[in-house]
Amino acid sequence: MSHLNLTLKVWRQDNATSEGRIETYEAKEIPTSASFLEMIDIVNERLIRDGEEPIHFDHDCREGICGMCSMTINGIPHSKERGITTCQLHMRKFKDGDTIWIEPFRANAFPVVKDLVVDRSAFDRIIAAGGYISVRTGSAPDAHAIPVPKSDADAAFDAAACIGCGACVAACKNASAMLFVSAKASHLNHLPQGEVEKDQRVLNMVRQMDAEGFGNCTNQFECEAVCPKEISAQHIAKLNRDYLAASAREAVAP
Amino acid sequence: MTLDSKIPAGPLANKWTSHKVNSKLINPANKRKYKIIVVGSGLAGGSAAATLSELGYQVECFCYQDSPRRAHSIAAQGGINAAKNYQNDGDSVYRLFYDTIKGGDFRSREANVHRLAEVSTEIIDQCVAQGVPFAREYGGLLDNRSFGGAQVKRTFYARGQTGQQLLIGCYQALEKEIQKGGVKMHPRTEMLDLVVVDGHAKGIVVRNLTTGEITTHAADAVILATGGYGNVFYLSTNAMGCNVMAAFRAHKRGAFFANPCYTQIHPTCIPVSGDYQSKLTLMSESLRNDGRIWVPKSAEDAQAIREGKKTAAEIPEDERDYYLERKYPSFGNLSPRDISSRSAKEVCDEGRGVASTGLGVFLDFADAIKRDGEDAIRARYGNLFQMYEKISGDDPYQVPMKIYPAVHYTMGGLWVDYNLMSNLPGLHVLGEANFSDHGANRLGASALMQGLADGYFVIPSTIAVYLAEQKPGAVTTSHPAFKEAENSVRDRLKSLMDIKGTRSVDSFHRELGLLIWDKCGMARDREGLEEALRRIPEIRNEFWTNVRIPGSANGLNAELEKAGRVADFLEFAEVLCYDALNREESCGGHFRSEHQFTEADPEVQDGRTQPGEAKRHDDQFQYVAAWEHTAPGQAPVLHKEELVFEEVKPSIRSYK
Amino acid sequence: MSALTNSLGSFIKSSIGRKIIVAVTGLALVLFLAGHLTGNLLIYAGQEAFDEYAHFLHTFLHGTGVWIARLGLLVCFGAHLWFTILLTRENKAARKGYAHQATVQAPKSSLIMIWSGLTILAFVIFHLLHFTVRTDAELAKIGAESPWKMVIIGFQNPLVSLFYIIAMTLLCSHLAHGVASIFQTLGLRSNRTAGPIRIFAKAYAAVIYFGFISIPLAILFGYGSDAVK
Repeated sequence: MSHLNLTLKVWRQDNATSEGRIETYEAKEIPTSASFLEMIDIVNERLIRDGEEPIHFDHDCREGICGMCSMTINGIPHSKERGITTCQLHMRKFKDGDTIWIEPFRANAFPVVKDLVVDRSAFDRIIAAGGYISVRTGSAPDAHAIPVPKSDADAAFDAAACIGCGACVAACKNASAMLFVSAKASHLNHLPQGEVEKDQRVLNMVRQMDAEGFGNCTNQFECEAVCPKEISAQHIAKLNRDYLAASAREAVAP
Repeated sequence: MTLDSKIPAGPLANKWTSHKVNSKLINPANKRKYKIIVVGSGLAGGSAAATLSELGYQVECFCYQDSPRRAHSIAAQGGINAAKNYQNDGDSVYRLFYDTIKGGDFRSREANVHRLAEVSTEIIDQCVAQGVPFAREYGGLLDNRSFGGAQVKRTFYARGQTGQQLLIGCYQALEKEIQKGGVKMHPRTEMLDLVVVDGHAKGIVVRNLTTGEITTHAADAVILATGGYGNVFYLSTNAMGCNVMAAFRAHKRGAFFANPCYTQIHPTCIPVSGDYQSKLTLMSESLRNDGRIWVPKSAEDAQAIREGKKTAAEIPEDERDYYLERKYPSFGNLSPRDISSRSAKEVCDEGRGVASTGLGVFLDFADAIKRDGEDAIRARYGNLFQMYEKISGDDPYQVPMKIYPAVHYTMGGLWVDYNLMSNLPGLHVLGEANFSDHGANRLGASALMQGLADGYFVIPSTIAVYLAEQKPGAVTTSHPAFKEAENSVRDRLKSLMDIKGTRSVDSFHRELGLLIWDKCGMARDREGLEEALRRIPEIRNEFWTNVRIPGSANGLNAELEKAGRVADFLEFAEVLCYDALNREESCGGHFRSEHQFTEADPEVQDGRTQPGEAKRHDDQFQYVAAWEHTAPGQAPVLHKEELVFEEVKPSIRSYK
Repeated sequence: MSALTNSLGSFIKSSIGRKIIVAVTGLALVLFLAGHLTGNLLIYAGQEAFDEYAHFLHTFLHGTGVWIARLGLLVCFGAHLWFTILLTRENKAARKGYAHQATVQAPKSSLIMIWSGLTILAFVIFHLLHFTVRTDAELAKIGAESPWKMVIIGFQNPLVSLFYIIAMTLLCSHLAHGVASIFQTLGLRSNRTAGPIRIFAKAYAAVIYFGFISIPLAILFGYGSDAVK
């Protein structure tokens, strides 16, 4: 098994109100078969041994599905590798002697909690504003009552694959949440079950998104490039269209 | 103390219906006066919180993740079972019930399992209405696949992300209720103790993980939906944060822990690659449809492979041991999970493992690629092969995969009655955290079903049985029990912070995990378990004198969080080993080497089973082992709930 | 009525609403460019054709046509400018930068939209003073006689041509991203149309670019110099 010696430039910040700074750490003898988060585990183990506070970072499932891990590696959320989360990144992608910059997801709507940990509760509030289908438990008709064309079901799935990690926001030069919001709206708006609340959903989610202080989409598509689930920016186009239609219908509603 | 399972009288198929008819109701105007605490926001907790709020109860929901959408239910890949019989292949509620009872090796309650099968169909309706994008056929109707342990196609799926899609449906329902004000959500908040007032669970003590603030919360009932304890093994397919703390705190406050020795080991995971490893990744079992499992016949060849001196391709066909095909000719590579896992362990114990650590076997697609072509294999398993390559760096189209079993799910959990209430009145336990439905072994695609059945359909009805007897809001946090619990939590945190030793929390967790995996993993025996029971207190003592937790308790402190969880694993591990030691039989996920069929057994001679298979002792162990906590470091007390089979006759699970 | 104004108000305040306004006004300006270029290219048809075209513009609808068009353009230009400045300010406020910056796939043109846009604004002001208001008295006299001659003489000044070409280069960059963005913002982009839209936007920007800069280049290389001696 081969090993790497690396230099880490890591954002350290004690809490939400304190000033942060970049600190430099030497990461010696890192096995190439370790994952990126295991590399940080190893560094943390040494920091603890030396009586220092370990680097805090969010992580949980470590298999690319929970959306918890949230770091920007060399300026790119989840690293430059396509279609993966940070926890799926392995050290064999790096070279001996590399310097790696590790920073939190940057967006004013995602305030830093500590070190690399950020608060993404804005996403929850956007979902609460309309990212659902109102169906009371027990009131559903038989699952086969409404056939859904396979193409619609597949399109809905493509959007529903979003893991809510926030990389789209972190990569966007404007910290826009449009890919996240559009993915949820597109998932539900593609399905006949979601049709009834479509207009209200789109209007309310976009209003909440704006209220949270995210920036605006300038169609640069950095979001889809870093999305670990490779969700397409075409969902943003659909959201724009649905929003325009919903606004028009709201304006002329009887 | 006798354990009353409160199973309703009457014929099995009518029990659930008649129970709902005969149970007390709470009128809509009164529901809003009751407050219910839900700990955990996965499939069971999230669906319960959302549904109880829809009914009008005030709900407070807690999770340690930064959002309820991240609970580990999200990682389930395969699917969810339901007795819809959309395939017209002879499925029915009874067949799903029977398959689950048999799959659980006749160690679960008939009435609970039948109810599970009954409500399974409503779950699918509910999820589709919520917008869960299940796989569909070109006609627009739902598609099904088949799964282990069943001869019908009853599994609904959403690509390889069924758990994620179901959880997001559930999370959306929860957010809808949060918006309406019915649920107050507390993310990044961990339950550190249960508050018991006059023998009833009436509240919890929590720590805000961001600020470190300790608060108490009172309610008319408490629901725990906090998942399983697989991380007692340190390495498992569970998320890093999964822990036994909430359940174990409840256990220490009087709730019985049932059948902890039933742990499921999944045969197809990516092997450990080094001692820094933090987590194991599951590869879908479906790979075994086309992959052939083998190791070299000789330990020398295996060693050469481990050292990189030989490759798999250099081992000639007649020097390979396709051990599953050899031992189980009719099921071969598709032998059940427990059999496959144990066989892998055996060959590795013989020194024939092929991964660098010695713990790994080949899963080889060379023959399948030769037979069907690379494109056909890519179409079937492309995403899995890609995932494997990302993690291991090997290309499975060129070289065989290496796999090894890993802890995946735990069937045991807090003891609950038919109403999902533990022996501690007011405390209800749902999903993987309870013991109720899977017996000694869980079938694939049944965990999602149980979590959602408990949360959407069972608890909303059965919690009223308890609440109807309670005066709403009778207990508040001003009761001295809250102060007592809060103080004990503060003391414990202070003790942990004050140790200031030299070793990290993870190093203790790893040490414990290795021990438990070794002595109470895939195969267990008396000697090993007794040794584990000697070693655990030693590790625990060192932990409490030598762990180092940097930073302070007033703010985000990941080491402190882990320390609290590992401290409980260090106590829980003993309960696990006591249970495994007590159960002198082999069944499902619990395999005692002393209890397996041999050539001498008549069942082997007459061909009903074969040597090496698990041997149950129904005459002595047809019961649920529910353990009562006594004092730290002392053996728990065993209580038995006899299992009565009225409908199904226990028989030998045969894979021939 | 108040419900209607409320809806419009929240549309104009919303991020998507503002972007749609920018896209629609951008579309109008993009179409204007096509018309403007077509007219300008008449310069190659000779003095008579060009002057006739200029005359037509000024007398269309008894002279009100050009003012209607100017007013429309002013509104579009003003709204385009106003809302992009609002959006850009919001965008700047939404994020702090990274210590180690990186860009994955955003084209350079998309990153400098505000700067290319502001340069175009400066150019438009100059261009209007130069050829429309005609602050240079001598040029104004020539313009009154023959707009064609005015253009030739105007572009014979290398500094004017250089500024013109620089501005057109930034306009080209602005269009390469802006035209494609119109489709995205108006919801007309999909997986199928994404490729064609990208090519169309670049092609359109190139046509506008080469069409416009051909004129000063041709003049610098001597086109029409005989006629204005």
